[in-house]
Amino acid sequence: MSTIPADYKYSSEHEWVSPAVDGVVTLGISDFAQSELGDVVYVDLPEVGNTYAAGDSIAAVESVKAASEVYTPVSGEIVEVNEALDGEPGIVNSDACGEGWICKIKLSEPGELDGLMDAAAYEEFCK
Amino acid sequence: MNSESIKSTPLCDKHVALGAKMVPFAGWNMPVQYTGIIDEHNTVRTACGVFDISHMGQFLVNGAGATEWLNKMFTNNLNKLVDGMGQYSIMLNEKGGVIDDLIIYRLAEDDYFVVVNASMIDEDYAWLTAHKPEGINLVNKSDAYVGLAIQGPTCEEVFAAMCPGVELPVRNGILMFSAEGDDLVVCRTGYTGENGFEFFCPAEQGVKWMEKAIACGAKPCGLGARDSLRLEMCYSLNGSDLSPEKTPLEAGLSWCCDLTKDFIGVDVLREQKANGRPTALVAIEYKGKGAPPRHGYEVQLPDGTPLGELCSGVLSPSLGKGIAMAYVPASLGKIGTDVNVIVRGKAVPATIIKKPFLKK
Repeated sequence: MSTIPADYKYSSEHEWVSPAVDGVVTLGISDFAQSELGDVVYVDLPEVGNTYAAGDSIAAVESVKAASEVYTPVSGEIVEVNEALDGEPGIVNSDACGEGWICKIKLSEPGELDGLMDAAAYEEFCK
Repeated sequence: MNSESIKSTPLCDKHVALGAKMVPFAGWNMPVQYTGIIDEHNTVRTACGVFDISHMGQFLVNGAGATEWLNKMFTNNLNKLVDGMGQYSIMLNEKGGVIDDLIIYRLAEDDYFVVVNASMIDEDYAWLTAHKPEGINLVNKSDAYVGLAIQGPTCEEVFAAMCPGVELPVRNGILMFSAEGDDLVVCRTGYTGENGFEFFCPAEQGVKWMEKAIACGAKPCGLGARDSLRLEMCYSLNGSDLSPEKTPLEAGLSWCCDLTKDFIGVDVLREQKANGRPTALVAIEYKGKGAPPRHGYEVQLPDGTPLGELCSGVLSPSLGKGIAMAYVPASLGKIGTDVNVIVRGKAVPATIIKKPFLKK
């Protein structure tokens, strides 16, 4: 069974964003996504300070067999990245929805969150 | 493309029951991993893994003149073999390019067992048939066998438990024997660099022998680990590192090409030996961290001169860094040359090193 935190929002590309705190959300890939990928061996993190529009490719999560792009479902500026993934990319596998977070984004269009799936809808989507 | 749907080995349901992630490979539905590629890779390096190799092909070739004929079809010299021994060899087209790499075992005088790649069974069989003289028998037995590659430092204990009282042949040897009422073949060869053997049983008994291998201590391992294991050893993969456009000399396989005998493609090899080969398959190792190298990524000199594209690449579980192979112009491929591998537009520093990556 994959972990789908109830308070997160989800994209059709299997990214999650956490609830906004002071306009900043955390982003990662879902437990379902990490399980499909297999062993994560490398994460290409975005650069702090870069701004993106919803739908832009901002990072890459690489498994042994494939390089998978990570798209941001929300527009905004990268304010922090999870440097722990440099040394231990496997955290994405062991805790995709927690310690395996990829970056934090300051939202430029908070309304975009309404267009994402909630946990129940995402669970259906994955079936 | 033909309209045949993907094929499954007799072990397919067993793999799924064991939790395998199945992927298509060479027209076959195969397990890419069970517990995880890195875990399986490490198991083979430290204990023992079992791989389903049923998709690979097996031919029997026998009859008066078989040795003389096969010496014209393959690069290595069969006269080196005695009964019960095998050798790695290559089958070339007229341009000296690789059709397939294979292992051929001598069972007796003019009597051979040949193991070929899954992707090339039909093409190999057609090529051999087209060039075969009257009176020599060529039989495609590929569907008759389930094959298990059992590889790792503890493999001898696993075999002793699977087949008590039977002695494993020496390296490159083959033994045909019976156990539990089944006609079996065991070859002391492998594609991982570890102590190992390849075991063939009747297809109908495949599940039984796979279960026995697991019960005797071999852990199921998939094609993902098979690829990282072989690349650490710089063993070539036909279709990635070997192709009809490159000679075995370019691939670094001169050691199994006897240029004193006449075989299809030998003229091109003799010319390359005399005048130099245009490209060489080199081993490229990352200097430090970087996104994993993969097939198709460009490799350049530090000044931006393009050298070629990677044929194979992986983040080596045993070495913890990116390893890859590529054909580069032979004059630019000296050991010690600094290169860059281009990943998503960024240059990752690497070096051409002496093969293999994993020194044993």
